[in-house]
Parts: sequence; C-alpha cells; structure tokens
Amino acid sequence: MKELSVAATIENIAPVTRFVNGELELLRCPERARRQIDVAIDELFGNIARYAYHPDVGPATVRVEVTEEPLAVVITFIDCGMPYDPLSRAEPDVHAPLEERQAGGLGIFLVRQTMDDVTYEYKNGRNILKIKKHLDGGGV
Amino acid sequence: MEIVKESNGTALTLKLVGRLDTATAPELESELKNCLDGVQTLTMDLKELEYISSAGLRILLSAQKAMNKQGAMVVRNVSPIVMEIFDITGFSDFLTIE
Repeated sequence: MKELSVAATIENIAPVTRFVNGELELLRCPERARRQIDVAIDELFGNIARYAYHPDVGPATVRVEVTEEPLAVVITFIDCGMPYDPLSRAEPDVHAPLEERQAGGLGIFLVRQTMDDVTYEYKNGRNILKIKKHLDGGGV
Repeated sequence: MEIVKESNGTALTLKLVGRLDTATAPELESELKNCLDGVQTLTMDLKELEYISSAGLRILLSAQKAMNKQGAMVVRNVSPIVMEIFDITGFSDFLTIE
C-alpha cells in the first residue's frame, strides 16, 4: 500500500496522477486502463478540490493498493470535507438531444462505467471513495 | 495542454495536444470564447490528445452548441481511448467525427 497526502487543489491533480501512474507502471498496467484511471483521478480528485472544503482548502489522501488473483488496483480517495456521496447523483441522460444536454454528472458517470467497482462511505468524519480496476484484461 | 491554431478564412482548426481535463479545460474555453467570431467551420484535431475528462466534454458540448448557430464543427483523428469516452457519454451521437 502506498499513499500520498496533499492539499486538495486543482494544481495537485497532476502530482496525484503522476503518483498513481508510477504505481501502475510497476504493474505493467495496459494503456487503456491507465488512461481510464487518469480520467477517474481527474474526476474524483477534481471534485474534492472544487467542492469538499469550498471555499477553503483542505487535505486529501490518495491510497493505492494492489490485489492479486485477479490482478487489480484499488485507489481510495479520502477527504475530511463536507459529506458528499457522488454515487447518489442521478445518472445523466446520455441519449438526450444536443439542445437538452447538460455536462453535469458526466464525470462520475464515466468513472462508474470504466471502473469495475466504485464504493462510497462516510466514516469518522471522512468521505472515503474507492475505485477498483482489474488489470488482467477484465472490466471494460 | 497545447492548443495549435490554424486559421484559413472562415475555417479554424484547433489542434489539442496533451490532456483535456480539469486543469486545462479553462484554456480551451477562453480560446474558444475569443476566436469563434466569423468562424463557419471549426475543426478540432484530437490526434495528439492523450485523454479527455468530463471537464473537457463540457467545453466540446458548448462549442458544438455555439457552432450549430453559426456553422459546423468537425472532430478529427479521434484515438480509440478518446472515442470510447465519446461512446460511453453519448457524445458520438451528436459530434461529427471524421
């Protein structure tokens, strides 16, 4: 298990992505899965940066764990900000006509579609969001 | 992200290089705000786009809506990784992808 704790800011999405990619490289993660994880980090860490402590800045922790058989990576995003379950959000209508399309909700929708498992819990004053991605050719 | 602009009369091509995400989407948004005057054909060349997140999709959505009023928008050289995101989010239904 490895983890990185940083201020939850937009500027820190890039270092968090580099940190996770460093771990994925060691696992010989396929490019498609790596890009999907990159997008998930942008969506999830980006949400924490924008909303969790708004208008202040607070800390966030990103933890990377590996499970074997099947090989998978589990990434946990933890913040102590306002309780918020992104999974409670209604799914966007991705077949609505252009004029009615809204961009809201697309991020978490993308994460749910590309990851193999996404869970949320609020525990001891912390938002804990976990994503799991199989790296053995499984999943999306 | 880098944005390479190529203008030819009423045609404008924006080549996006790198990542279109939360940190970089505002660059593209302000670029579009400033350069769409008189443009009838906007081409987004995504050949060197590594990935796109919802922050980038938001900008493409508003660019498509804007261009529908004054001309057309075309998206070119979409990689399989980006195409998958367009498919999942239904963006491939309304984008003109060449």
